[in-house]
Amino acid sequence: MMEITEGSHAIAEAVRLCRPQVISAYPITPQTHIVEALADFVANCQLDAEYITVENELSALSACIGASAAGSRTYSATTSQGLALMFEVCFNAAGMRLPIIMSIANRALGAPLSIWNDQQDSISLRDSGWLQFYAEDNQEATDLHLLAYKVAEDHSIQLPAFVCFDGFILSHTYEPVDMLTQEDVDKYLPKFNPYERLDAADPISFGMYATPEYYPEFRYEMDQAQKRAKDVIAKAGKEFGTMFGRDYSALIEGYRLEDADTAIVAMGSICGTIKDAIDEMRVEGKKVGLLKIRVFRPFPSEEIAKMLSHVKRVAVLDKNISLGAKGATVIEVRDALYGSSIPVKGYVLGLGGRDVRKKDIKEIVALSEKGQGDIFYGLRKELI
Amino acid sequence: MALAVGCRARPGKARDNKTGSWRVFKPVFDHEKCSKCGMCSTLCPEGCIHEDAEGFFDPDYTYCKGCGICANECPKEAIAMKQEEK
Repeated sequence: MMEITEGSHAIAEAVRLCRPQVISAYPITPQTHIVEALADFVANCQLDAEYITVENELSALSACIGASAAGSRTYSATTSQGLALMFEVCFNAAGMRLPIIMSIANRALGAPLSIWNDQQDSISLRDSGWLQFYAEDNQEATDLHLLAYKVAEDHSIQLPAFVCFDGFILSHTYEPVDMLTQEDVDKYLPKFNPYERLDAADPISFGMYATPEYYPEFRYEMDQAQKRAKDVIAKAGKEFGTMFGRDYSALIEGYRLEDADTAIVAMGSICGTIKDAIDEMRVEGKKVGLLKIRVFRPFPSEEIAKMLSHVKRVAVLDKNISLGAKGATVIEVRDALYGSSIPVKGYVLGLGGRDVRKKDIKEIVALSEKGQGDIFYGLRKELI
Repeated sequence: MALAVGCRARPGKARDNKTGSWRVFKPVFDHEKCSKCGMCSTLCPEGCIHEDAEGFFDPDYTYCKGCGICANECPKEAIAMKQEEK
């Protein structure tokens, strides 16, 4: 049923319908409305879960590790500094192969303090072993939680996952969202069936010590699981489409890309603005298309190379910056296109909530046509 | 042997970890000087020094890391740390 609802509330409702048994989170802007809503659900007996209140994010994710290892479907949510505080726990959760799902309401990292949106937080954990999904709108943000549980809990994967959506831009925006029913979700997402679990009658330890004779093989196995996730996402995304009419089988999506000369590559809510800008540029006769990345980990290199094989140039937009190098996405897209003669340029933009408008997208396309790029786009010259 | 997913392990798994390969110096026990006090066995962090039928003590070199605590603590100086050729 279509409802006009705030992004955070739509996500909280989707999480409730996934029947998590243990939730542990620490409130932080702009994630707060999600965990407040979930705490209400638990208090009002609308969700039969243990809600563990903790003193900070490091404890929140640590509690999730214990709960997940004990065999519970487990959920957390955070952003920015909260995610940064979870850094070491994130690597442990992935290494122990625990399918914890965590919502990330993407926000800039301090210092300087900023509560506004960019994607630096989750991008900075790209090497942690977590699957990473990025939503364009609140419908996708909601649906991806179901998909994430389905994929993460698959016994051939057993990895945790971030579901990322732009803080404020999506989390605090009211949009129409097709809300699924409990019956729908129960059909799609069966009860959590842990591969192994903590059990006092049959003791087991998770994430033990590995000497140099064993460690590289554990990392290799995690990398293999990431790569297998491509097929599992395709299958689970297709099943979602069959059941609910929205197909998430593709890790990337093209928009007016088939005959495009210039391809824009982007992730998250900015894709909506880009699509509008493309429609206007098309009227003016400019052949521009969008390649939207929905799944950043595993990174869809081969899929990107295939989808961009016919374009004349690629402009990659990054709401993050690997300081001293480039935006994370442009580095990986360029790697995906290694060996081809297609020029790839990067544009770092939208950091710390700086607004990105249709005119900016058009300007970036013009810059890429002139071969100019690998820049911070839209800097205020009078400040530097 | 295939790896356990997530490096998960049942109790007693540490026995598979043959820490003797870490050793550079090897404790050599001189039973002539030994007073059978058992201090070496008590203080061994690896728990790998065992008492034999006659009451003397010897390390299990499969697990002895060569830390030298036994040699340092032995009141009779009956344990010598000798560089090991491998």
